[in-house]
Amino acid sequence: MKKTRLHSCHEKLDAKMIEFFGWHLPVEYSGIMEEHMAVRQKAGLFDVSHMGEIFVKGDQALDLVQYLTPNNAAKLGPGKAQYSVLTTPNGTFVDDLLVYFLNDQEYLLVVNASNVEKDYAWIFGHAEHFDVTVENKSVEYSQMALQGPAAEKILRGLTDVAIEELKVFQYKMGQVAGEEALVSRTGYTGEDGFEIYTMSETPHKIWDAVLESGKHYGCLPIGLGARDTLRLEACLMLYGNDIDETTTVLEAGLRWLIKFKKGDFLGRDKLLKQKEEGINKKIVGFEIVERGIARPHYPVYIKGEKISEVKSGTYSPFLKKSIGLTYLPVEYAEEGTEIAIEIRGKKVNAVVVPMPFYKRHED
Amino acid sequence: MYPEEYRYSKDHEWIKVEGDLGTIGITDFAQKQMGDVVYVEMPDIGTELGHHQTIGVIESVKAVSDIYSPTAGEVVEVNEDLNKSPELVNEDPHGKGWIIKIKIKKSSEVEKMMSYSDYEKFLSGLDE
Repeated sequence: MKKTRLHSCHEKLDAKMIEFFGWHLPVEYSGIMEEHMAVRQKAGLFDVSHMGEIFVKGDQALDLVQYLTPNNAAKLGPGKAQYSVLTTPNGTFVDDLLVYFLNDQEYLLVVNASNVEKDYAWIFGHAEHFDVTVENKSVEYSQMALQGPAAEKILRGLTDVAIEELKVFQYKMGQVAGEEALVSRTGYTGEDGFEIYTMSETPHKIWDAVLESGKHYGCLPIGLGARDTLRLEACLMLYGNDIDETTTVLEAGLRWLIKFKKGDFLGRDKLLKQKEEGINKKIVGFEIVERGIARPHYPVYIKGEKISEVKSGTYSPFLKKSIGLTYLPVEYAEEGTEIAIEIRGKKVNAVVVPMPFYKRHED
Repeated sequence: MYPEEYRYSKDHEWIKVEGDLGTIGITDFAQKQMGDVVYVEMPDIGTELGHHQTIGVIESVKAVSDIYSPTAGEVVEVNEDLNKSPELVNEDPHGKGWIIKIKIKKSSEVEKMMSYSDYEKFLSGLDE
């Protein structure tokens, strides 16, 4: 199993470890509920070094990124990043990702750990028609996420990066705890926070410094368990659960990131056609109104007929309810639609509710 | 840590015997493995349970775990407190986090279960 450079930090903290797509990673430290609430109310630090870092360089770097993703990467400039996806010719998902503009000859694509090899092959495969080089530097990069309302206060004292100037999806380079790093105001929790990328061979200096300074603010180390409950409350998609090669970007409710006017990109024709004709199914959020917890793949019924399955589902530590995502035919996708989830042979009532389940108050 | 008067199963259930009545719960080791318990599904009173039959289900945030009856018997009481406070299973697994009480059918089955010291040995074997 692959270990991140922070592996010994997790062992020192006596984390419960699991295998996650070939990586040996912490699933929880003090407990999912406590960790989850720490991020919502104070702060939490995640080791997300398993994420993939793929670099596209060259005269046509922008052209390739534009061709592979439906968002408009031409809108990016120095210090800017955007959420986007890699689309198939059918307008479905190869993966979702962050695109960082490093300079007009170089873009950084941050992709899911589960998809690094597939994405690299995909990007490399399309790169032959462009004057670019594609490099997978995933193993060289460590990545940490510091998330929660106290994140800025904690990080401010540890870095020469003017993080208070960063708006959402902006980044700056500098030092964090003496290590060279890229710091962006991004995350996967629904809270304010930062992601810190470093090629340092001693990233534990950042990890230790953040936890030490964060103690005063109630900052905890956070495992994959709470990472999943946090992102699901905020309705941030998880590749493999909510989005994959069978669902289109429109069906997944990500219309906002498709920029049809920017020019051609993979899947544009299919997505444009689907936009004009209308989608048949749509992602919806639901909450269970009885007892029980919806888990991925549990059958979903409407009026006694099996119609779908649960994509993501969990107990929401913040809302103290059982929540989940599924795809429903559009005629049933309205808020208030009564559905049933089959949990161990029993049908349990649930209702379609607005997404996201959790939205933080902007200050 | 593990009460001396209880008996233990390899599935990490405990039973406390008082006359022909047995109180059943899961061990501290089991609750730690599961993490934060958010829902406990318990059987109806009067259910006849066979040896090693599913009593119910414990749901933690991240996983679903079956609970097995370490011995045969009839369910006479379930811990209603767990409906409101499932976290009792984490906080006090050998006490307030008990799950059901049964009328024990065969006390010989219970006697075959592990003592606390055997269970602790069994756990240290799992660590290796």
